Amino acid sequence: MHVDCKGDASLTIVGKEATYLLAENTARKPLHREVIRGLQNIVGASMVLHRPEDLLLYEYDGSVEKGRPGAVVFPMTTQEVSQVVRLAAQHDVPVIGRGAGTGLSGGALARTGGIMIVFARMNRILELDLENQRAVVQPGVVNYELTRAVEPAGLYFAPDPSSQKSCTIGGNVAENAGGPHTLAYGVTSNHVTALELVLPDGEICRVGSRHGDSMGYDLAGLFVGSEGTLALVTEITVKLLRKPESVKTLLAIFDRVDDASETVAEITARAITPAACEMLDGWTLRAVEDFIHAGFPLDSAAVLLIELEGMVEAVTAQVAAVEEVCAEHHAREVRVARDEQERELLWKGRKNAFGALGRIAPSNYVLDGVIPRSKIPQALRYIQQIGERYNFKIGNIFHAGDGNLHPTVLFDPRDAGQYQRAIEASAEIIRYCVEIGGALTGEHGVGMEKNELMPLLYSDDDFDLMRRIHDAFNPQSALNPGKIFPLNKGCGEITPRAQAAVRAVPL
Amino acid sequence: MNAKAINVAARLESVVGAAHVSGSSESCARFGVDGATPSVVVRPASSAEVVEIVSFAKSEKLALIPCGNCTKLGIGTPPARYDVALDMTGLNQIAYYDPGDLTLSVDAGMSLTDLSDALVRQKQFVPLAVPFFEECTVGGTIASNIGSSLRPGYGSARDFLLGAEFVNGAGTFTKSGGRVVKNVTGYDLHKLLIGSLGTLGAITRLNFRTFPLSEGYGHLVSTFSSVDSIAPFQAMVSKSPLAPSSFDVLGSEAAQTVAEFKDDRDSPLPSWFTRGEWHVCVGFEGTETVLRRYSSELVHCAQQCGASSYHLLWESDQKSIRVELRELIKLLSRSGPAATIFKINSFPGFSADVATLDTLPSRFSIPSCVFASSSGPLYFALQPDDLNDQTINSLAQIASSVFEYAAAHNGSASILFCPLALKRVINIWGPARNDYALMRRVKSAFDPENVFAPGRFVAGI
Repeated sequence: MHVDCKGDASLTIVGKEATYLLAENTARKPLHREVIRGLQNIVGASMVLHRPEDLLLYEYDGSVEKGRPGAVVFPMTTQEVSQVVRLAAQHDVPVIGRGAGTGLSGGALARTGGIMIVFARMNRILELDLENQRAVVQPGVVNYELTRAVEPAGLYFAPDPSSQKSCTIGGNVAENAGGPHTLAYGVTSNHVTALELVLPDGEICRVGSRHGDSMGYDLAGLFVGSEGTLALVTEITVKLLRKPESVKTLLAIFDRVDDASETVAEITARAITPAACEMLDGWTLRAVEDFIHAGFPLDSAAVLLIELEGMVEAVTAQVAAVEEVCAEHHAREVRVARDEQERELLWKGRKNAFGALGRIAPSNYVLDGVIPRSKIPQALRYIQQIGERYNFKIGNIFHAGDGNLHPTVLFDPRDAGQYQRAIEASAEIIRYCVEIGGALTGEHGVGMEKNELMPLLYSDDDFDLMRRIHDAFNPQSALNPGKIFPLNKGCGEITPRAQAAVRAVPL
Repeated sequence: MNAKAINVAARLESVVGAAHVSGSSESCARFGVDGATPSVVVRPASSAEVVEIVSFAKSEKLALIPCGNCTKLGIGTPPARYDVALDMTGLNQIAYYDPGDLTLSVDAGMSLTDLSDALVRQKQFVPLAVPFFEECTVGGTIASNIGSSLRPGYGSARDFLLGAEFVNGAGTFTKSGGRVVKNVTGYDLHKLLIGSLGTLGAITRLNFRTFPLSEGYGHLVSTFSSVDSIAPFQAMVSKSPLAPSSFDVLGSEAAQTVAEFKDDRDSPLPSWFTRGEWHVCVGFEGTETVLRRYSSELVHCAQQCGASSYHLLWESDQKSIRVELRELIKLLSRSGPAATIFKINSFPGFSADVATLDTLPSRFSIPSCVFASSSGPLYFALQPDDLNDQTINSLAQIASSVFEYAAAHNGSASILFCPLALKRVINIWGPARNDYALMRRVKSAFDPENVFAPGRFVAGI
């Protein structure tokens, strides 16, 4: 699926990445038997996969990218991770960390082969410090499992990506994952206070502190979201939040998309601060309703799913304020979930929406652009125009309160013309997001999906500093090569690059 | 000025104009850092000028220290070299403000009060309730990462700084992050600038998330005769549905200090403070019904935990205590010739331990006080009467006890403010840590030629 302009004679490849990019092109050699034996000595023979049929599952993640590792290992301890990394360094083999493989930008794929370290067995909650609202976990702990473990104490872990029942906290840290409730509580980096790391030379290091403040530069802040390109994370200290006293979930139903998006802008402008504010357009909600039966009205143009949390008195006032804004913007109806069951059903509809879209088109491509929230109405109109111009259905289901759009282009990849037009339409939307003051990715990460789009946002000087930071920790690109940074500069703008970003969800 | 300084000044004048370069001993003294004075002060008016200045400094191997209004230059170790003060106050505009999106992009040299005034017109603010508020710049606030009393409710700068523009040591203009509230496009380099004391580059612009002002504000000050009641009170509030925006604990001598070192020294102790008692000051905000609930439940918690008295503060009293708490560090840093403030990065864990810490300096007959916010850090301030060898000796002994205390409490400690003489005998950053090697890597990536503030930071950076 990965298409690039590698055949282009004008191509300029920079840095050590070049070696790997070329390696990607040539027939991949299996890892030397000596490396496999070394891995088996470190973690035990049963914890190393190296036969092609065993590696198949690890070629994919939640994106459509592909990359086969030479071996997959399942270490149990930080020491084992360090030994694996040292072994890899001796043999000049790249290392890729991986949690549950639910990422959407190819972050956990072995783009150029090498050793994949899967953290599935490092899945213990090491310590719960309930008094100070901290947890120390291994990277393989599943996001939702942490919340389940601390729920009896009235606490929870705030980042809640759609994949929270399977994705790992290590993966959340690598990608700086978000979710609907980041509107009120921030993304993963706002909740991480300390990390234990393994550097590419095998050195084990700790950064940050349990408390959160520490001496010197905010290294934990740098490593969160670095997509496994600076170090491997082997232990994480996170903040735990106290569950709110009251939660109200509203479903506001609109007959015009414009009214819904203007409602979002107005909620932000009036300084109402919901914990989550999600939008689904009519096309998307009909697909969802057919699949989940969440109770979304089939004949509406758009719905907003708004959640308000906090003290009872504050929530009551905010519900009234939201209802008022909705009424002023011609909402047909505002429903308040009557109980936890109704609330969960609404959220189930939201969290399974991409799956639902997968049922109605052979393929879809989910974008992740971010825009200023005051510009949501105009952005949605623009997306609508692009859909009409290219003759595609583009579903809109997104974190409206954050301005984090997920336009979803539905197309049939078997039709070469459609495929090409889908890429062009997506590129136009992303370029528009950047033009109106936004960014390429709000929560999915850059990975190998959007690395070629990075020049839309960053100058050569910006890259130069990012590259120097990369090289300060990972000078040989031994960790997760081929991610974040654009690999070539000669590929006339977006089109060939965006091809790498097409995400096909099979039927 | 010597011949070299005259050449440097002439070259800088060609960049920013003669009116914005000064070599007078008066202006150089104003930008002095720990006894080191620059030979030239330059005040650029644009990021392009900053680029030229830094490139020049790099090629001439001059050391630069970016400065705002010079209120916190006392933080850090004495510079190893210092040639040019980079006065950033010429970059002082709001570059972009979208109240409807609650986002802002502001030049680093703008004063916090000017920024605050502009935001208040839209009923918004940036939650930087920091000491020196009336005097300091936005850039200095971020570069020093000085503590904000609103942290329990709004987080620290890393939680609401969305992006930054800066000139790094290679002399190139760079940006990181963006102006949107959610963004994972590339490395979060702007987070490294927070608390970097100007060692990574000259910050030219900062992007923030803004927040709506609340309808109303209140404060509960409760008084406790012993430290033993503080932890139960804190736990009770933390487990309640209440979410206070600030939670400050003042040790038994802290309130007295507030009164003594206020600009108006004759002003009496405010009525809500009681001499010799521990105080817990809880700030809260919201609609009228919300405020009512806060006040009744907080009073209930205080009574349950054995508060000897309490005061609910509204309107002007509430404004007054917010300023007192915000400015506590400033008052203490200016409380005498040898004023010393430790910052202990750990959960305060109010207990007999903290009380022991508090009594430590009495062995040396040095007045002291502790204060903290619920989410930490813990501050420990000493106010010796005189500055002499004996004082420095005592302070050095106390410092090693504080560093031990921090290590025993799973944290770290450093000295925020202290006399230069103390910096000459102890390392204000405490014992070396194992992440120092990584920090040096960050420094060389940002500033390979060591142009920015050499020697001012941890790890000899």
